[in-house]
Amino acid sequence: MGALLEVEDIRVSYGAVEALRGVTLRLKEREIVAVLGANGAGKTTLLRTISGLLPLVRGRILFCGRDIRSFAPFELLRQGLAHVPEGRRIFPTLTVEENLLLGLYGVRHLVSNAERERRKEWIFELFPVLRERRRQLAGTLSGGEQQMLAIGRGLISRPKVILMDEPSLGLAPRVVQEIFRIIRQIHEEEGVSLLLVEQNARKALSVANYAYILENGRVALEGKPQDLMHDERVRSAYLGGSGIRQRLL
Amino acid sequence: MRVFFEQLVNGVTVGSFYALVALGYSMVYGVMKLINFAHGDLFTLGSYLGYTFLVWRAAWITERAGLWWGVLGAILFAFLANAGAGILVERVAYRPVYRAGRLPLVVSALGMSIFLQNAIMAIWGPRFQVYPGDLVPTASLRFLGLSLPLLKVVILFLSLGVMLVMYWIVEKTEFGAAVRATALDREMATLLGIDIQRVILFVFTLGPALGGMAGVMNGMYYRSIQFSMGWNYGLKAFTATILGGIGNIPGAMVGGVLLGVIETLLAGYIPGGGAWKDGFTFLILILVLIFRPTGILGEKVAEKV
Repeated sequence: MGALLEVEDIRVSYGAVEALRGVTLRLKEREIVAVLGANGAGKTTLLRTISGLLPLVRGRILFCGRDIRSFAPFELLRQGLAHVPEGRRIFPTLTVEENLLLGLYGVRHLVSNAERERRKEWIFELFPVLRERRRQLAGTLSGGEQQMLAIGRGLISRPKVILMDEPSLGLAPRVVQEIFRIIRQIHEEEGVSLLLVEQNARKALSVANYAYILENGRVALEGKPQDLMHDERVRSAYLGGSGIRQRLL
Repeated sequence: MRVFFEQLVNGVTVGSFYALVALGYSMVYGVMKLINFAHGDLFTLGSYLGYTFLVWRAAWITERAGLWWGVLGAILFAFLANAGAGILVERVAYRPVYRAGRLPLVVSALGMSIFLQNAIMAIWGPRFQVYPGDLVPTASLRFLGLSLPLLKVVILFLSLGVMLVMYWIVEKTEFGAAVRATALDREMATLLGIDIQRVILFVFTLGPALGGMAGVMNGMYYRSIQFSMGWNYGLKAFTATILGGIGNIPGAMVGGVLLGVIETLLAGYIPGGGAWKDGFTFLILILVLIFRPTGILGEKVAEKV
């Protein structure tokens, strides 16, 4: 199986501050890769750089074997790369349905009207609450519903890869369960590959096939979830294991 | 009572010009967060282009196709030529400074305004120019005891029609949704595959085009035009934009028509009010800014923050 997304030794800076200092990772077909790490480790920077929102200082990113920088950022969705950013970023004064259909904007020339309707129905089946609220302004949705809308909007174009940034941020535990159930479902049923950035390491590792841990802009550790879960350093720093608790006490 | 209704029709007509110009302010502000100071002068440019078209070509068209085609031709000519001017202004004055931030953009807009005003003066001269008066049949429409000049009725329905089309484009089409999305969150719009540069070009093309159209209709209505009228007119249309809620397309239309009506009625009913007409406008601007800075339909703007 070939790699869909290859990030090769990239460096990214904000002014004088280096946010990524040589990160290399791969995402293969039908895989969920989790990127874990503390605040400021460079997780969001990584996704924003892949999407072309931040300039590369060094290194390169290949998407389906092609240099991702040969596309303008707005062309990436059409190539099959969707980004569901941190903080959901739905359009509050547009209706739920308008928000959802904007997810097809980048591929509008490739999708017939009938197909558009089918896609919409498909998302409404995944997230029945969105169907109920389709005519409402998206700003009136609860946080969990907004996250579902953001995921639906990222999924509706049937991308090959979704970059998903902190889907559980600020949500109640029950809603987090639901979101992760859906992530697993779209991965298994639709075969979408995901690059999943999370602070909720336990949840992320439970769905991932492979994981990277970022620290200060570098990959500190990588491996299969089951191995990482038993790694003492990971347990103490990211899984709320005994180490941290002892230190706090 | 008859006088009241005639004044009302006058107000709505003048207000529909304001609304057309206000649309340009509002769209550009929504997408660029820029108050396009050159917009009023693009309005003037449209007015002069329509004037020139009428003086040169109206007789030719009128002979072959009839009087109304001359009028419509002038409006269409100003619409298209101003669209071109809008593209040029964006390319020359705005695109080079996008990355520099908002303040340089505003300064560039002010510079463009001064440039346009002086260019118009240099081309057409500093004196008033007068639109040909024999444009349309002077017949009046009798309606419920009111006597409405035909030209006024045509202008009114034309601008209301254009506004309806605008409303449909922005609120009901896919591209309209993309424009609104860009206004709300440019980066997210990019991630969804929206080409921001195209949206920017759209607002900088359509805004001046609508303004140019209003310029011609304004010339036909008041007859006399001058190179510097865009400044004052632009401020009024800007007031209409604030009144309706800036960045909000239906708001610009409502604000424009409302401002025209208020202004006309106050000028008509307050003794000596005609001299205070502009004063009323800016009094409205001040009151709106104090008591409802988001404008009539502007709750949406507050949500943006």
